[in-house]
Amino acid sequence: MSVEPVIEVNNLNFSYNNISVLENISFAVQKGDYVGIIGPNGGGKTTLLKILVGLLNPQSGSIKIFGTDLQKLKHRSEIGYVPQRIAQENISFPATVYEIVESGLIAKKGLSGDITEEDKQAIDKALEMANISNLKNRLMSSLSGGQRQRVYVTRALASDPKILILDEPFTGVDIVSQKDFYSFLKDLNTKNHLTILFVSHDIDTITTEIKTVLCLNRGLFCYGAKELMHEGNTIEELYGKNVTHIHHGK
Amino acid sequence: MLEIFQYDFMLRAFVAGFIISILAPSIGIFLVVKRYSLLTDTLSHVSLVGVALGLLAGINPIITAIGVSVVAALGMEKLRHAKKIFGESILTLFLSGGLALSLIIFGLSRGLNVNIFTYLFGSITTVSAGDLRLMGGFGFVIIIIIYTLFKRFFITAYDEELAQANGLPIKFLNLTLMILAAVTISISMRIVGALLVGALMVIPVLAATQFGKSFLKTFFYSVGISILSVTTGLFASFYLNLPTGATIVMSALILFVISLAINKKS
Repeated sequence: MSVEPVIEVNNLNFSYNNISVLENISFAVQKGDYVGIIGPNGGGKTTLLKILVGLLNPQSGSIKIFGTDLQKLKHRSEIGYVPQRIAQENISFPATVYEIVESGLIAKKGLSGDITEEDKQAIDKALEMANISNLKNRLMSSLSGGQRQRVYVTRALASDPKILILDEPFTGVDIVSQKDFYSFLKDLNTKNHLTILFVSHDIDTITTEIKTVLCLNRGLFCYGAKELMHEGNTIEELYGKNVTHIHHGK
Repeated sequence: MLEIFQYDFMLRAFVAGFIISILAPSIGIFLVVKRYSLLTDTLSHVSLVGVALGLLAGINPIITAIGVSVVAALGMEKLRHAKKIFGESILTLFLSGGLALSLIIFGLSRGLNVNIFTYLFGSITTVSAGDLRLMGGFGFVIIIIIYTLFKRFFITAYDEELAQANGLPIKFLNLTLMILAAVTISISMRIVGALLVGALMVIPVLAATQFGKSFLKTFFYSVGISILSVTTGLFASFYLNLPTGATIVMSALILFVISLAINKKS
């Protein structure tokens, strides 16, 4: 019996000011998959994620989420999104961890409606899941990069998403926090059966973490089991001939 | 009873001041955290065009100031959304354009120049009962809108992209905030003056962020600091015979310095 993919992209094309960024992209993500998106800067990784969460509209092609056209998707909260942030983050914003996590549920309600008892329980559950309940009254500005990243994922988790999309979640996060964060994402994928897609530049580390790799540089260079990226000259072709990929093994 | 409360104009000034002191930081907090504080100065300069037109046409200048600044706010938001010009440059464009146009209109209508100073620097003697009704009416509507959309404004101010990805209509929310800012500035001009009203929207918020332990607490602290600034400023203006806007803003600045010192000590 074939299972319907949670994300289905067909012949996707996107350009900024007549400059082609994505060309004929087609792939399907299965439920419970853990996809790492790699590729050079300007290769269209962030653009692809923004299209998947509805921030950008492609010129042509189709995107289906749970079999429904993205534009017709009623419950946007089924997709949790953590944008590329550390570099552009407003550190001095006087918000607590709880206020940021709560804002995810408020946004889900649209222009009206306040937090219910059920919502408060969902927030507490998400904080516990991310192991940051002890930080809930802390100001965001008092947290480390890794802790803040965890808050943004928690914000997405509070809405009980089925898919989690993260854009370069490890930018500005130290190596110890990165390891911790990878293990957190892995738990969400294996224990909570969350389908995860994320963009990263850390090719070597992500190959040890993910199940599926998506190589992108305007076009789709490879999509499939992570071992694919070590076959032939995939990495060299993706990044250019001067790239030397040193694989440290498992 | 203190002498200051024996005058009807002072009682009106206190009521007007109270309304303004709640409204100004309530809007200002979102502009400050969005790093869009300069919008307050731009809108206040643009609203002078409305004042000039109102005085020229014999219409209540607050009404025309609201009309002109709302139209300008819509124009600025449209330009900002188009992303063809830098946000800061749009503000400078409207600020200088608004001031220049208002001076031309004032210059063309000789005899009106006497009034311009009360709108530039504020005055406690000019608030009429009609102005008070207007401020009360608009103020009530603004507070209701802020109360209803507070958490949505918070999300949009924190991260527009995230708010949009969550399905919030950020264009509508930004536009609403701009219109609320335009109206607040226009109705505050009588007391604080066009050149200084922006400070009342920004300084109490900056002072509150020194010790606010959450966004909500920062909001309430900034309103408290604003009320204290306006009250102190009105007393100083009355007893020292100084322009109200200047004394209010100086009070706010002193409170800001105190909050900085407290923050440093703690």
